Amino acid sequence: MSHVVGKLGRRQSRRRQTRYLRTYQLSLPFGWEGMRQGRNGEALLREILSRRGGGLETGHAALPQAALQIRGSRARALPDRALVNCQYSSATFSTGERKRRPHGDRKSCEMGLQLRQTFEAAVLTQLHPRSQIDIYVQVLQADGGTYAACVNAATLAVLDAGIPMRDFVCACSAGFVDSTALADLSHVEEAAGGPQLALALLPASGQIALLEMDARLHEDHLEQVLEAAARAARDVHTLLDRVVRQHVREASVLLGD
Amino acid sequence: MAMEMRLPVARKPLSESVGRDTKKHLVVPGDTITTDTGFMRGHGTYMGEEKLIASVAGSVERVNKLICVKALKTRYNGEVGDIVVGRITEVQQKRWKVETNSRLDSVLLLSSMNLPGGELRRRSAEDELAMRGFLQEGDLISAEVQAVFSDGAVSLHTRSLKYGKLGQGVLVQVSPSLVKRQKTHFHDLPCGASVILGNNGFIWIYPTPEHKEEDAGGFTANLEPISLADREVISRLRNCIVSLVTQRVMLYDTSILYCYEASLPHQIKDLLKPEIMEEVVMETRQRLLEQEG
Repeated sequence: MSHVVGKLGRRQSRRRQTRYLRTYQLSLPFGWEGMRQGRNGEALLREILSRRGGGLETGHAALPQAALQIRGSRARALPDRALVNCQYSSATFSTGERKRRPHGDRKSCEMGLQLRQTFEAAVLTQLHPRSQIDIYVQVLQADGGTYAACVNAATLAVLDAGIPMRDFVCACSAGFVDSTALADLSHVEEAAGGPQLALALLPASGQIALLEMDARLHEDHLEQVLEAAARAARDVHTLLDRVVRQHVREASVLLGD
Repeated sequence: MAMEMRLPVARKPLSESVGRDTKKHLVVPGDTITTDTGFMRGHGTYMGEEKLIASVAGSVERVNKLICVKALKTRYNGEVGDIVVGRITEVQQKRWKVETNSRLDSVLLLSSMNLPGGELRRRSAEDELAMRGFLQEGDLISAEVQAVFSDGAVSLHTRSLKYGKLGQGVLVQVSPSLVKRQKTHFHDLPCGASVILGNNGFIWIYPTPEHKEEDAGGFTANLEPISLADREVISRLRNCIVSLVTQRVMLYDTSILYCYEASLPHQIKDLLKPEIMEEVVMETRQRLLEQEG
């Protein structure tokens, strides 16, 4: 799979509202020689490149991989809708120091739960009674914003599998540093300890699928931070939208009928 | 022994000249299809705030007043009368659970199964106990869809002598949207092998049996060794089908046959290389276009 390094466009200014928009390295097996047909709707994600402003390249955001499966559920079947089951895991080489994370640990469970809540809101589960939708996300490279990257990755996986969804789910993190709202925090910025917000948005209608914040933030600043996160999420949506349309067009051209 | 190593490269963007006139309306989830409320909504759409919105990524199809969005790749959605090839996953009390690449496992009832010898009688308790003797977990069968339940699960039957357990051969799993609907899905290709094109995307390639066995009921598996020539034909067919699938060509007997003939100059193992795949499929497309006139 060819990994073209995503460019990081950065406009830095201490005075006005700063915005960092990073590109996610999402790679689909379409970069592979030939096209890979996953039977279970396995979609690793797509390569997207974006340049904004003059940039200096400082590294990659979280790089996740998502696989997806929909099948009949035996044990925990719900009679009227589908069960969404998300599992998050992070590779040992994903952070700066190599760390082995056992599978059932607290962070993975919590992330899995958050992803589940997000996707239960977005996927039309009423159409698939008695089935189970499994979403497995694995982070290969983490540099802040892992939740957001996982949500974006999983959206593409669900789209590729042909599971009906209300809309794309685009997510971004945001924080508040030095009285400026920053979008898409990196690991260093997250570790600095300021308030952080994770926002998952359905762009067309502007509905929020999940909004999560830790640490305290004065309510006067909330509007600003929310606005920054929403704008960044919409930008992600533009990128994902373009890539998906390109793919759909190519596939339908090939089919030709 | 010399080995060939290849590095992955970026895929070339598709040339627009390959397809024909594509004026299709392509949508992604969240797109508004129409604000006209007179339309009925079909699969792949939902109604939100007075608008019809797409819920999958694909092309919009309109039949009179019905609008639906056909997704690029979905699981198999059963329809009555389809031929499927499936694998037994479970043996339950009076039925078998069959995996057919759909969202829910399909069901094959004991009463819908042909007994060996073709007898017609009420299934007794002894038949229930002997179920594992007919079909075990892991067996492949060909069957026809009898009914579809309300949640989408499919009920199969093997009530004809042409359906039943499959013996020696090769299974290729493709996306269900690539198998063309035709009058018959059992083909005996002139190159020396037979193929079953399951509507669920499972394609079974097997050597043509010398004589049709009328009274077998499809249960006796032929375990004689197959000759090298037959095996080569089957491998070549399998590689041809895989190359057609990577270039997203609809699969039916003519396209597979043309692809087979176009691939004859190459070695069987070379057919897995991308550039040879492209070449062969290009030639196939050419012939198919000419044939349509």
